[in-house]
Amino acid sequence: MNQPLKHLPLRAYDIESIRADFPILHTRMHDRPLVYLDNAATCQKPAVTIAAEKHYYEALNANIHRGVHLLSQQATDAYEASREAVRALMNAPSTQDIIFTRGATEGINLVAQSWGRSTLKPGDEILVTHMEHHSNIVPWQLLCEQTGAVLKVVPIDDDGVLDLSTLDQLLTERTKLFGMVHVSNALGTVNPVAELIRRAHAVGALALVDGAQAIAHTAVDVQALDCDFYVFSAHKLYGPTGVGVLYGRHSLLEKMPPWQGGGDMISLVRFTGSRWNHLPYKFEAGTPNIAGGVALLSAIEYVNALGYDAIAAHEADLLDYATSQAEAFDGLRIVGKAPGKVSILSFVMDGVHPHDIGTILDMEGVAIRTGHHCAMPVMERYGIPATARASFALYNTRAEVDALFAALTKVVKLFRG
Amino acid sequence: MSDLRELYQEVIFDHNRNPRNFGRPAKVDRHSEGHNPLCGDRLTLYITFDQAGKIAQASFEGQGCAISTASASLMTEALKGKTEAEAEVMFHNFHGVIMGTSDVDPAALGKLQVLTGVKEFPARVKCATLAWHTLQAALHGDQQVSTE
Ligand SMILES: Cc1ncc(COP(=O)(O)O)c(C=O)c1O
Repeated sequence: MNQPLKHLPLRAYDIESIRADFPILHTRMHDRPLVYLDNAATCQKPAVTIAAEKHYYEALNANIHRGVHLLSQQATDAYEASREAVRALMNAPSTQDIIFTRGATEGINLVAQSWGRSTLKPGDEILVTHMEHHSNIVPWQLLCEQTGAVLKVVPIDDDGVLDLSTLDQLLTERTKLFGMVHVSNALGTVNPVAELIRRAHAVGALALVDGAQAIAHTAVDVQALDCDFYVFSAHKLYGPTGVGVLYGRHSLLEKMPPWQGGGDMISLVRFTGSRWNHLPYKFEAGTPNIAGGVALLSAIEYVNALGYDAIAAHEADLLDYATSQAEAFDGLRIVGKAPGKVSILSFVMDGVHPHDIGTILDMEGVAIRTGHHCAMPVMERYGIPATARASFALYNTRAEVDALFAALTKVVKLFRG
Repeated sequence: MSDLRELYQEVIFDHNRNPRNFGRPAKVDRHSEGHNPLCGDRLTLYITFDQAGKIAQASFEGQGCAISTASASLMTEALKGKTEAEAEVMFHNFHGVIMGTSDVDPAALGKLQVLTGVKEFPARVKCATLAWHTLQAALHGDQQVSTE
């Protein structure tokens, strides 16, 4: 299994055979078939990915980049094959620009602490949007405290679309980095990142894209986007938890100081001073999640075999189907109505708190997320404490959408008598 | 739905729809703000004592799910006329029963017993205990508390 990425022929979108690939979809919850609609939190894993992780421990396990023995070489090859698969997935120029992290969160923290801390001065500005996940807010707040830089925010409108009318005032020569979520996890909004990146570059700012949600729904080409940094988490791409990716522009990564120190990231250590390893290893201190990194390749292969276009078409159908039922549902209000959304349906219901909705749906086997979705500023913007969120993935079906709304009808019955 | 009915008893719906002692009274001796970061719920508890040192009035404000609203509503009713020491005992009894960490007879909880259904719903235990942690904080003079 330590082979480079295979380019399999596109597979027909046969939903039953796709569902058969995901063992967990056949489990039961509270004595009912699991209807898993919490995909924006994490996606389920295909059997090939689970097998790849198991195979790694059974046949390949050794530490990487350090052993002379064959096993270590094989483990290293498998890990590096995954890096190449990620490079190809994002169309990055080189595997040197693909840094493995623990997840999207760690990638953003890496940029903040390495690039930000070595660059920012008091009065410099970081710009983010009002719809960021906490992981693209808090690292910048920490950085601002450390450097005296200032955090600015691009507002959103009532539909959950970025309000760019004041962007010229917000994005100025003081702005050093514009951090933007590609797809909002709380609202489903797809932001015009290519345009925003261009606007950032026009004032000399860098652009960081949080692609944690986007990566499961849309093809990403970091060269076409021309972004400086792009992060995502493998677990939201049907891959393992504990693995993430930071793509960085080569010239920037070269100049950035290491973030964490330890093994693997050095080429020479002396008490009088150490020398850093070359890219990408300069940013990969310590033993990583090798098994997860290796298994990521199979998840990428899986998604490629279906193709982003077919996945997007399937998910758009589910979202349309769910949205029309939601709009007809008495007392339900959709939160986030941006045109061209991905398959995320956030909503609130009159007289029923999202937390209660979540519990009642759970008893029907329907798993959704309720809460602030790590986007408290979004909740505050709309004056709500929380939403209920159903998010659809490549393996969900219209029948599952029906199960969601049947369960919501039970919520209403129970609460309104 | 039998488990759900255990959690969502009629009394809970009643207190959720019409919370008792809701709002900020004119005179407040102690107050505390409770926060459940998991779901974003917040509630503020206000306590007023009479001259004998008994709780004359307990009231609350905030936004929460049915369980946390009903729990706060029922708690404020139960606190009326209690001394601080009695309120502490109530907290420990309630907490112990809900968390399954004490062998207090649930019957000792009186009306509050309707909330014991949350024991079967671990994800919702914090909803039921938010008001009580806020009470504990108010009694100890802490103005803020979080269930995490
Ligand atoms: C938009 C967005 N950004 C960042 C993250 C953080 O991802 P992780 O927790 O995998 O680091 C998430 C996860 O929910 C997300 O949805």
